[in-house]
Amino acid sequence: MNHHFELPGTYKKWTLGLLIVGLAALLWGFIMYHPFEHAGHGENINSTRFWAVLLQNSTYWLLVVNTSMFFICITTMAHGGWQVTLRRVPEAISSLVPVLGLITLVILIALVFGNRTDIYHWLDKDAVNNDKILYGKKGFLSPGFFLIFSVISVGLWALIGKKMRSMSLQSDKEGHMDYETGKKWIWKNTVWASLFTVVFTLTVGSTLPWLWLMSIDAHWYSTMYSWYTFASTFVSGLSLIAIFVIYLKNQGQLEYVNDEHLHDLGKFMFAFSIFWAYLWFSQYMLIWYSNQPEETRYFIDRIGTAEKGGPYRGLFFLNLILNFLAPLLLMMKKAPKRNWTAMMFLSIMIVFGHWIDFYQMVMPGALHEHAEMNFFEFGIAALFIGIIMWGVGRYISKNSLLASNHPYIKESMIHHT
Amino acid sequence: MAGGIKKFVVGSFSDEKVLFPAVKNVRKAGYKIHDVYTPFPVHGLDHAMGIRETSIHTAGFIYATIGTLTAFGFITWILVYDWPLNFGGKPHFSLPAWIPIMFELTVLFSAIGMVLTFCYLCTLAPFVKKHHFSLAATDDKFVMAIECTDKTNDADVQNFLKTAGAENINVQVAETGWWIGTYNKEQKLYHTPQG
Repeated sequence: MNHHFELPGTYKKWTLGLLIVGLAALLWGFIMYHPFEHAGHGENINSTRFWAVLLQNSTYWLLVVNTSMFFICITTMAHGGWQVTLRRVPEAISSLVPVLGLITLVILIALVFGNRTDIYHWLDKDAVNNDKILYGKKGFLSPGFFLIFSVISVGLWALIGKKMRSMSLQSDKEGHMDYETGKKWIWKNTVWASLFTVVFTLTVGSTLPWLWLMSIDAHWYSTMYSWYTFASTFVSGLSLIAIFVIYLKNQGQLEYVNDEHLHDLGKFMFAFSIFWAYLWFSQYMLIWYSNQPEETRYFIDRIGTAEKGGPYRGLFFLNLILNFLAPLLLMMKKAPKRNWTAMMFLSIMIVFGHWIDFYQMVMPGALHEHAEMNFFEFGIAALFIGIIMWGVGRYISKNSLLASNHPYIKESMIHHT
Repeated sequence: MAGGIKKFVVGSFSDEKVLFPAVKNVRKAGYKIHDVYTPFPVHGLDHAMGIRETSIHTAGFIYATIGTLTAFGFITWILVYDWPLNFGGKPHFSLPAWIPIMFELTVLFSAIGMVLTFCYLCTLAPFVKKHHFSLAATDDKFVMAIECTDKTNDADVQNFLKTAGAENINVQVAETGWWIGTYNKEQKLYHTPQG
């Protein structure tokens, strides 16, 4: 069988449609929301909304596509064989890291140089000098450190990711590997995968979400926050892989991917949904328990107090239902994890659920009760989904869908649980 | 001592590669496989023997639910009704603080419940003895026991097993259930017919 995939017309139509809807939304935002009008906190709501929505979507989708490379790297380091038949799918998704990374960096640079104090309160120099807490964080939350660290992180993800992908694509051209060559190739992959994992842990796993997202609530801090963001994006990244795997299988591609591989992806999604809930709860409970005003502020902005519910109360609990209760109960049994339709439904639900999660991470600090979820929000999400579909389509139509010379390919073909 | 005394034709195999087609052929021929005893877990053997999927995870779910409800009910009873205490002005009914304990009891109940259910299903307990068809199954042989009914001709079964590649074929009359005893003592439970 030929593992070359011609993109069907409907795929191209949907990509184009989403991109047009997204660009229309962006244009609408440019014209109607006056993004370059300077605004202090709460002075020009529309302008804040424009940038907050862009920040939410760009960071969310960038971190999601980046976890695809993380998935490849951890399975490589663990000498996992089962994922090799579907390996080209996460590779295709991770090929978007440079694109979305560039978009995110442009947005972050615009936020910093546009002095958007409505989103990043710590950009306000007077406020920092007169505020003990912000003054103490000056070294970390400063434009210089923020931008340099962001550029280095995104650059390293893109570079090491590129290296991992090029090694995989190179193996297609070189033909079958004998034992010694295969061993060397696996070793080289393991080394690069370890490098990526270290960089990934030092950025997504510990510092970058603090800079990009937690600093919106500049006074508040939580050491759990980065892991929480990582769990959120990793489970959505796995769901995104599952979505494309199921789509390609429906198109008659990915000959060697069967129920067993889907089952394993399902187990990953199930496990990391629970891991996410574990971190969500740990963050919540510690703050609830110690009950200190500067910490509880974060949750008061979202769910409000016992007397008066906050504007995000509904979303806050919807978040918990979509990302924890529903996956826990629906994916617990073996049957749904081996059912292609059910997995498609669950994957879309999880990706949407964590988009909601990011929404309630970004909006309350920037917009308080003025946030909306409307044509603009969904339009920008459509723009990013369109970009992802374009990038994935480009990668899978250019390259073979089967890493046929990977030394573990046979292990993956005969994989069963 | 449930199960009763039955007659079995027993054969040993020395290779998995012979065992799998043999299992398939024996089932196809219509003989009833009592069980296959192996020195180590053989991947896919349960599937080949046509044993249904285990329900132990359903039992685990039920135990887990009981665990959650036990923790929830017990803490509620103590901290809300029986002995309400004031912890830093928090309400007596403070769910977030109880979740770790509810979680722990969920895990504890499901784990212990599943282990005990597993032991029950395999009739594993101290001083419970069962018949061994061949001790070689604890060493290096795969031992298959075929159950005979009134209509089974055991000579036919023996020939069938021989063509399927079995060694040391013999006929045994054995108790299928368990009894109280230990393995260091031989016990005569019933009269074994000669031949």
